[in-house]
Amino acid sequence: MTLWLMAGLLFTPLAWAVLTLLTDFSRGRLVTWGGILVQVLVSLGLWLTVARDGGFHYGLGGWQAPLGIELRVDGLAVTFVLLTAVVASACGLHAGVYIDPDKPWHRYFWPLFWFLWSGLNVVWLGGDLFNLYVGLELISLSAVGLVALGGKANALRASLRYLLAALLGSLVYLLGVALMYGQFGTLSIAGVVSWLGVHPVPAGSGLALALMVTGLALKTALFPLHRWLPPAHGIARSPVSALLSALVVKASFYMAARLWLELGEPLGNLAAAQLVGLLGSAAVVWGSWLACRQPQLKQVVAYSSVAQIGYLFLLFPLTYSVSESVSLQAQQGITLQVISHALAKAAMFLAAGNLILSAGSNRVDALTGVSRFLPFSLFSFGLAGVSLMSLPPTGGFAAKWLLLQASLGSGQWWWILVMLIGGLLSAAYVFRIYRASFLESAGPDRFYHPARSLEVIPMILALLALGLGLASDQVLSVMALPFEEGGSP
Amino acid sequence: MTSSLLYALAGAILCGIGLFGLLWLSHLLRKLLAFNIMGSGVFLVMVGLPQHQGGPDPVPQALVLTGIVVAIAATALAVVLIRRYFHLSGMTGLEDEPASPERGPE
Amino acid sequence: MTLNAWIPVFALMTSLIASLVIFALPEKGYRLRTWVNLGAALVKLSLVVVMVWGVFQGVEYGLSFTMVPGVTFVLKADALSMMFAGLSAVLWLLTTIYAVGYLEDSPNRSRFFGFFSLCVASTMGIALAGNLFTFFLFYEMLTLSTYPLVVHRGTEKALRAGRTYVIYTLTGGAVLLLAIAWLHGVAGDLPFREGGHFMDADPDIHRSLILIFILLVAGLGVKAAIFPLHGWLPQAMVAPAPVSALLHAVAVVKAGAFGIVRVVYDIYGVEASSALGVLEPLAWLAAFTILYGSFRALSQTDLKRRLAFSTVSQVSYIILGISLFGPVAAAGGLVHLLHQGIMKITLFFCAGNYAETLGIHRIDEMDGAGRRMPGTSVAFTIGAFGMIGAPPLAGFITKWTMGSGALAANMDWVIVVLLSSSLLNAAYFLPVMHRLWFREPAGSWPEERHWGRLETSAWLFWPPLLTAVMTVMVGVLASLPFSPLSWAELIALREYSP
Repeated sequence: MTLWLMAGLLFTPLAWAVLTLLTDFSRGRLVTWGGILVQVLVSLGLWLTVARDGGFHYGLGGWQAPLGIELRVDGLAVTFVLLTAVVASACGLHAGVYIDPDKPWHRYFWPLFWFLWSGLNVVWLGGDLFNLYVGLELISLSAVGLVALGGKANALRASLRYLLAALLGSLVYLLGVALMYGQFGTLSIAGVVSWLGVHPVPAGSGLALALMVTGLALKTALFPLHRWLPPAHGIARSPVSALLSALVVKASFYMAARLWLELGEPLGNLAAAQLVGLLGSAAVVWGSWLACRQPQLKQVVAYSSVAQIGYLFLLFPLTYSVSESVSLQAQQGITLQVISHALAKAAMFLAAGNLILSAGSNRVDALTGVSRFLPFSLFSFGLAGVSLMSLPPTGGFAAKWLLLQASLGSGQWWWILVMLIGGLLSAAYVFRIYRASFLESAGPDRFYHPARSLEVIPMILALLALGLGLASDQVLSVMALPFEEGGSP
Repeated sequence: MTSSLLYALAGAILCGIGLFGLLWLSHLLRKLLAFNIMGSGVFLVMVGLPQHQGGPDPVPQALVLTGIVVAIAATALAVVLIRRYFHLSGMTGLEDEPASPERGPE
Repeated sequence: MTLNAWIPVFALMTSLIASLVIFALPEKGYRLRTWVNLGAALVKLSLVVVMVWGVFQGVEYGLSFTMVPGVTFVLKADALSMMFAGLSAVLWLLTTIYAVGYLEDSPNRSRFFGFFSLCVASTMGIALAGNLFTFFLFYEMLTLSTYPLVVHRGTEKALRAGRTYVIYTLTGGAVLLLAIAWLHGVAGDLPFREGGHFMDADPDIHRSLILIFILLVAGLGVKAAIFPLHGWLPQAMVAPAPVSALLHAVAVVKAGAFGIVRVVYDIYGVEASSALGVLEPLAWLAAFTILYGSFRALSQTDLKRRLAFSTVSQVSYIILGISLFGPVAAAGGLVHLLHQGIMKITLFFCAGNYAETLGIHRIDEMDGAGRRMPGTSVAFTIGAFGMIGAPPLAGFITKWTMGSGALAANMDWVIVVLLSSSLLNAAYFLPVMHRLWFREPAGSWPEERHWGRLETSAWLFWPPLLTAVMTVMVGVLASLPFSPLSWAELIALREYSP
């Protein structure tokens, strides 16, 4: 059973990528529906299996490390696999209706979509540093391709910028991997940890970790390496922006987090941890501030991603030389933040896409008065905004609560200020959109209502982000030991 | 100075040159070449450094092979995008903003 | 789970579901929307009545589950929550009736009533919350659901007011969250409990507790409009009259005051608060706000703004009452939670009627309006006399009980505050009534509208009269069981001898 699930999980996206390469957009859409169904069922099945029996290790094709590819299937990984299935299928279904099938270059959307999905699964499940690199490259290249689908010069500009940043990030990461292998003679994170268990820490091994984290931070768009993100996320088609903000940046963060949680304690130091936290805080403040000043709706959402990503990096200081319970709280908080941001941001981008379609413009002022047409998408946008403001009862709030507790518990009160100020700033940019939509002066008298299916999808995602807060305890209990080895190796 | 260290240093220098090119050159094709130089540097470090175990280590060889494939794929994608960008905008660099600030509906 | 665990949930869900249904209804579904609104209000009222009876008998209503690791979501009905729930259930029904009439033929009604119900659901949640975490959850939901109501008209002025409102309340919310998280870090997950948790707290944490108390009061004080955090309230007057009525009488300011009562009574405990030395400064602050609000009300020329400053002043009676450390004063403060609600909603309904029927917004336009609209004006007069504290109306009961409580607690200065506040109340209400009844009309009204037989639309006519009757009844019948006063005495008794 597990064998089939794993095979389905890894094989379908690749197979569907090839299949859809052979068709045009409309037929690719039909094919994709089938693939989405398989992928969602398989992800759900795997999640249920792990929830019942615990995690396990899986050697792909029966080969074991170091030459074979070993996968690590634990509670956290399958939760992210499931999250990917939910968000990616939502974006896929939305894109099927949203994207204009008549433009010839749009036929590449489906293959790129499926390559992206398979790369994501590889990253969630990957156990060794090099395979993670391959997965990450797969993600980056397909993401760049998806951004370039915008077709215009601007889109290509943004995608080239994105590509160069992503490639630089990968190389810096790979350099770190090379140094790491040179020092420890192994590529698996668990191998390094067990090597460190019996040997003293060699001098200079901090450099390898620093390089890897820097490369990944560049791919995650941590301040001040964030400049490539807003143009790319802002200009891509809305379902693509949703995929990028919700999942793609999370993949590189997930790797950085796993590296830090297992190797940070032996190889890192306090100053580095605080520095990363500080950069994260700067991202929160700077990203939100810029989000308040953007004239275009999708740019607001894109800058909000820069800010929300900043919170994730508070993981570094909040898990370094703190008590077990504080570290657990921080990890749970960050996990919830990843999930709720993925759901809320995907909802927001999809809803923004619908609003742009309805109002006929990407500008925030174009929303003037649309609330009187009762646009369903505005509700979805608003609900997702509640999660971004981390107000109760959303998942964003549960995450913030846990992070507040972790900061209090470790005595690092300065992060509390960051979270409170960040919350207020995010309210500023979310309320800016609400405000524009409530303004009654000289609004448009025409309003185009998009197809129901376009409107329902973001609403479902926004409701999931909302419900995550109420059910966060249950969700977290499935990842009983987040970021830890589950089951027997 | 051992041979492995020599390889690693050479790799590091290549990386440095590539990084410089990637950040400071404006022409997109030059940037792309700089990326490839940097990549070669990283591969050199990867193959060169782990030789201290006596004789070459097969694992990095396999990795670098994969790495080269990935780098070629990336280069190909970049070339396609650069070409298309040049056709649409007539520009070879990313510095100056294109003329129309109003991007309109998507 | 038993039925008793679910009744609070049902009470909460009634308005939540009503809100969802209303959002889903088309804008033109006028009749159906009205029925959904009134039906939900009636169902909720009956559920609250069931719970009031049950709580009186000592039945436990409640439900809890772990929401975030380490924190529980608790809904619980106790005597204090029933007071607030009862207030919101009764006044929701009346405000809904009023709002249906008030917004007749105006745009965006579907949106308005949807958020209106959501707002009442939040209020219900605040009433039934069983710990600070749950309280906070609904407290923030209230902020979000009132924003669309405040900016409902969509004018620049309304949006400016909405922005001020949001800046104040969300900042207050952030401070409150900090305080709650800190308290959770210091003492764990604390359910609301009569007598509180810190009766014999470790002296080491006294300093933290005092700081947390200050943060809690600062966070809650924004909604309760305690000086100097009251700035949003007069601005929010641009909202439609039913919204102002709801904000002032039931939902927002009361949520803040109710929260402070919860903190003092059910988290810290009144004796522990007194021992920590935080009650006396709170009493001074409340006393100052009472006088400050009244002074500012004197100089307002806009009727609704005058009423707004009067709210600033009146809500602090509640806080003054509970911080006086004595069961009698406490009962006086608690009962004002209800009394102020009933009186203030009467006044706002009337202000809305003048604006809707005659186009009157400013006080100097009110000359002779008593003859044109006798019913509304009688209601207004009763409400105003109640505020001043004329016997036997609601306000008199409050002031009398609080005064005797203050004497019992040896805090004679409070009498001075109460008396001067009553004088100021008279000073800003009596001129209005003089204009209403004893001046000649200035000719034509700014914007007059006619409705058949009654002086105004029936939807607008009856609610203020009903609340005016209630103002008289709660005063006259204060000594009966189940009157607000007896209920407040019950709560105070349970708090002081847990």
